[in-house]
Amino acid sequence: MTKKENPKLQFNTSWEYAPAPESTDHIRLKEKYDLFIDGKFVKPAKGKYFATINPATEQVLAMVAEADTSDVDKAVKAARKAYENVWKKMPPRERGKYIYRIARMIQERAREFAVIETMDGGKPIRESRDVDVPLAANHFFYYAGWADKLEYAFPNRNPQPIGVAGQIIPWNFPLLMAAWKIAPALAAGNTVVLKPAETTPLTALKLAEIIQESGLPDGVVNIITGAGATGAAIVNHPGVDKIAFTGSTAVGKIIINAVAGTNKKTTMELGGKAANIIFEDAPIDQAVEGVINGIFFNQGHVCCAGSRLFIQENIADKVIQKLKDRLETLIIGDPLDKNTDIGAINSKEQLATINKYIKIGINEGAEIYQSSCNLPKKGFWCKPTLFINVAQSSRIVQEEIFGPVLTIQTFRTIEEVIEKANNIPYGLSAGVWTDKGSKIFNLTTKLRAGVVWANTYNKFDPVSPFGGYKESGYGREGGIHGLMPYLNL
Amino acid sequence: MNKYIELIDFSKTPTVDQVGVEERVARLNSRSIKKESKVYALKMALNMIDLTTLEGKDTEGKLKQLCYKAAHLHDAYPGLPSVAAVCVYPTMVKTAKEALKGTNIKVASVSTAFPAGQAPREVKILDTKYAVENGADEIDMVISRGEFLKGNYNFVFDEICAIKEVCGNARLKVIFETGELSTLDNVRRASDIAMYAGADFIKTSTGKISPAATPTVTVVMLEAIRDFYYATGKMVGMKPAGGISTAKAAIQNLVMVRETLGEAWLTNEWFRFGASSLANDLLMQIMKEATGVYQSKDYFSID
Amino acid sequence: MSRLEILKTYKIYIGGQFPRTESGRYYPLKDKNGKLLANVCLSSRKDFRNAVVAARGAFGGWSGRAAFNRSQILYRIAEMLESRKAQFIAELQQQGSTAKAAEEEVNQSIDRLVYYAGWCDKYIQLYSTVNPVASSHFNFSVPEPTGVVAIIAPEDSALLGLVSVVAPCISGGNTCVVLASESKPLCSVSFAEVLNSSDVTGGVVNILTGTSKELHSHFSSHMDVNAIVYCRDNKDEIKKIQQNASLNVKRAFIYHKNWNSAEVENPYMILDLQEIKTTWHPIENIGAAKSSY
Repeated sequence: MTKKENPKLQFNTSWEYAPAPESTDHIRLKEKYDLFIDGKFVKPAKGKYFATINPATEQVLAMVAEADTSDVDKAVKAARKAYENVWKKMPPRERGKYIYRIARMIQERAREFAVIETMDGGKPIRESRDVDVPLAANHFFYYAGWADKLEYAFPNRNPQPIGVAGQIIPWNFPLLMAAWKIAPALAAGNTVVLKPAETTPLTALKLAEIIQESGLPDGVVNIITGAGATGAAIVNHPGVDKIAFTGSTAVGKIIINAVAGTNKKTTMELGGKAANIIFEDAPIDQAVEGVINGIFFNQGHVCCAGSRLFIQENIADKVIQKLKDRLETLIIGDPLDKNTDIGAINSKEQLATINKYIKIGINEGAEIYQSSCNLPKKGFWCKPTLFINVAQSSRIVQEEIFGPVLTIQTFRTIEEVIEKANNIPYGLSAGVWTDKGSKIFNLTTKLRAGVVWANTYNKFDPVSPFGGYKESGYGREGGIHGLMPYLNL
Repeated sequence: MNKYIELIDFSKTPTVDQVGVEERVARLNSRSIKKESKVYALKMALNMIDLTTLEGKDTEGKLKQLCYKAAHLHDAYPGLPSVAAVCVYPTMVKTAKEALKGTNIKVASVSTAFPAGQAPREVKILDTKYAVENGADEIDMVISRGEFLKGNYNFVFDEICAIKEVCGNARLKVIFETGELSTLDNVRRASDIAMYAGADFIKTSTGKISPAATPTVTVVMLEAIRDFYYATGKMVGMKPAGGISTAKAAIQNLVMVRETLGEAWLTNEWFRFGASSLANDLLMQIMKEATGVYQSKDYFSID
Repeated sequence: MSRLEILKTYKIYIGGQFPRTESGRYYPLKDKNGKLLANVCLSSRKDFRNAVVAARGAFGGWSGRAAFNRSQILYRIAEMLESRKAQFIAELQQQGSTAKAAEEEVNQSIDRLVYYAGWCDKYIQLYSTVNPVASSHFNFSVPEPTGVVAIIAPEDSALLGLVSVVAPCISGGNTCVVLASESKPLCSVSFAEVLNSSDVTGGVVNILTGTSKELHSHFSSHMDVNAIVYCRDNKDEIKKIQQNASLNVKRAFIYHKNWNSAEVENPYMILDLQEIKTTWHPIENIGAAKSSY
């Protein structure tokens, strides 16, 4: 059979998808959001507010209070009071029922949460609607049921709550991370002071509204907004017994340092630079889809993103061709459009970071390939990007970019790829694609990472523990193991 | 000379992960197709239909009425396309051909002892010859699923080659009856065998077995077509048949084609729906878009 | 004339070898009457570095062993200790214990080794889970050893404390570098000899003598150490260790435990030095329960 040279598929079709924006008519945002302390929304002590914007339009969505140390102090004291007087003493079954109630109320208002999440953070509505919000509700629902069953989880122990938990969460999954933090903490009997990221505070504040409506006793959950200084005030407050942090490894290290010498317990969910490995015997088309989902999910703002692709050399050309074609069918644009695959980069700062790394990649001599899509004029955007012919020593291979940028390396043998996959300070997640079961079990044993996705990628579930090895942090969120960081055993 | 023979080992055809395909389908199905984009798709789908009647009780009278409908889908609304083809048994080819004279609607004939395919090769060849000699533009053959499941891939390959030979200028569609193949790995393997044996189209089902044209099967076959195109530069058409009766399902299929194979396949030369009741649902949706009100079946002819 | 006793040279234990400290330094250890018991190696930062290299080298083999095999090896350590009981009792007495207390400590140490030997192939069953995720995936979580662990062993409980912190560490598949009690180092060196004759691969346990004052900062800052366990109560050292742990997000555990009690006999001490790994895999769904593809 004669082979036509370089057959090319054409995805620029005469049949275009019309815009299908999710309605925002039902969204009610206040002009100004105060701090949620002791069951009430209160003004910040200094009266300072900052703007939170829609990264897709750069329009201001609302003004949000900036908590200073005295506000933090107020929140911690409210949490302490609620812990000592109410929450610790409450029969666990009743505690659980409050958490169930929160889960249900999120479900009832799911669409509203999804739309706000997308407006505030820039992620596609398809993801906030199908992933973030349902998983957040499910997380509350799952942990609610643990509240009165803790003694079964830890045989021969008498599990007790730790006290007041200070929780600091990132901007990539604002509501979901709030759920990951609050749900197990409450189920275990702790009270909470939570700070959402400064670029994405709105869904956490909406959650505060739900918590208020749910009748949860005052002070059990306090949600305060602000930037790094507010976070530092929580970390350094002597009345906090536990710090749970999700964010960059750099900030995680600062926090660990800050609490050294105190009795505060910590859990850390930090950065990652996951290897996604495709063997020659993989189900190739599903692997390609897994790679796409692995790196472009949430614009690549995912700590467990499969950002380092390893392809077995004999199938590399084929896989790269498929990836390039698949890039062309990714729809980049209005995050509220139901057909959008890749939304806006979360902030101007993050876009600058990503662009810096793209420049580094080009300067390092890697071959860059980007989708031919057009980017909107306003807002923060980045084309889905592949870097081919990179080396293990390239900076774009070693450092976390946290954007839609995939590096592609080839390998010849299984020994080689295991070594390269582990040759990184991180250890959060990894992906393996092969049809051979024994190879999967070998890989999942050898890869030093907290989550290994075999023939799938970027899957999350409340029952499934998540967390890292090495510089990706310690402690687990999700599942029975996710209770431990909130209990004294 | 850049000419070489590629020997294909069909036992080593790529594997397929069912859960992954289902996720891909779910994602494609979440595409929201609205307004002008929807109308465009509805009309495109109408034009891709192989309007089908494959019943023991088919008669000339029934067929003639169906052929009229094929060319005049809903004359109350001008500017609609016709369907792509009418699909019948070999004995009905002549009637259909005459009834469709003057239109550009093709006549497709099932053959090779459709639907079970349980007949000797000579019979299948005669069956096909008969349809071609009576003027069939297209032949829809079935593979021998028993031989396939026994692992006798060469038998299946040779059979397709033999039928292709007697087709002459008629285009050959190869039906796998995916509902009998059990796994997506088998669907993928059957696709590779058929394409390398010379199929012009690959087709999911006879419509006599359930499940028929499920979205997962369709995606797997489209991906096989894509790989074949990458490898050879040769286009092969796709025909999901059976079970696609709603406009929504049809549009979802078109989304699959658009995002797997792209522009070149979005024409009835390379994509068909094998369906009997789909046309009316498409028409109802077109009229709904045109008038703004939901429709009743009473306003669309049933044939 | 009575026979002149042969005095033992107490050396450190790295990678299955008994070298002297590369620094050539020592500190004199005296009994309560001021009589010299031994010149004990004052291990240096470089000794520690060498020990970490040995522990890292041994990690793959040790963690990759069958759990049952690790169990047998821990049991073998107990057997060896039992057979040299008299020596350890004597050493403890030299270091200030009463005869009764010394015997009790050795007995408990042996029993503790047996206790943790039993856990090697069982704790994984306790802490592993199959997680019923909502999607069509098989999902399971298993504990895996954290890696190379630096241990600053208890100061007062010279043998029992050392055994109580090393046993859960290695039963869980980790390898370690241990700093022995400064004031009572003798039986830790002898314990190294026990290890060396017990089928424990060289490098799995490395034992240094010296001061926490000098070494705690290096123990906690080394970038190839995955976890640190500190069993003393110097607040400044604790703070320094916790700060240094941030360099590579080392897991830091500060133990204030009663090493004589059953409090330190539990699998949660093994779990401290484990990472939970979760694996996902799709489950194909073809068949009667769901007949379509």
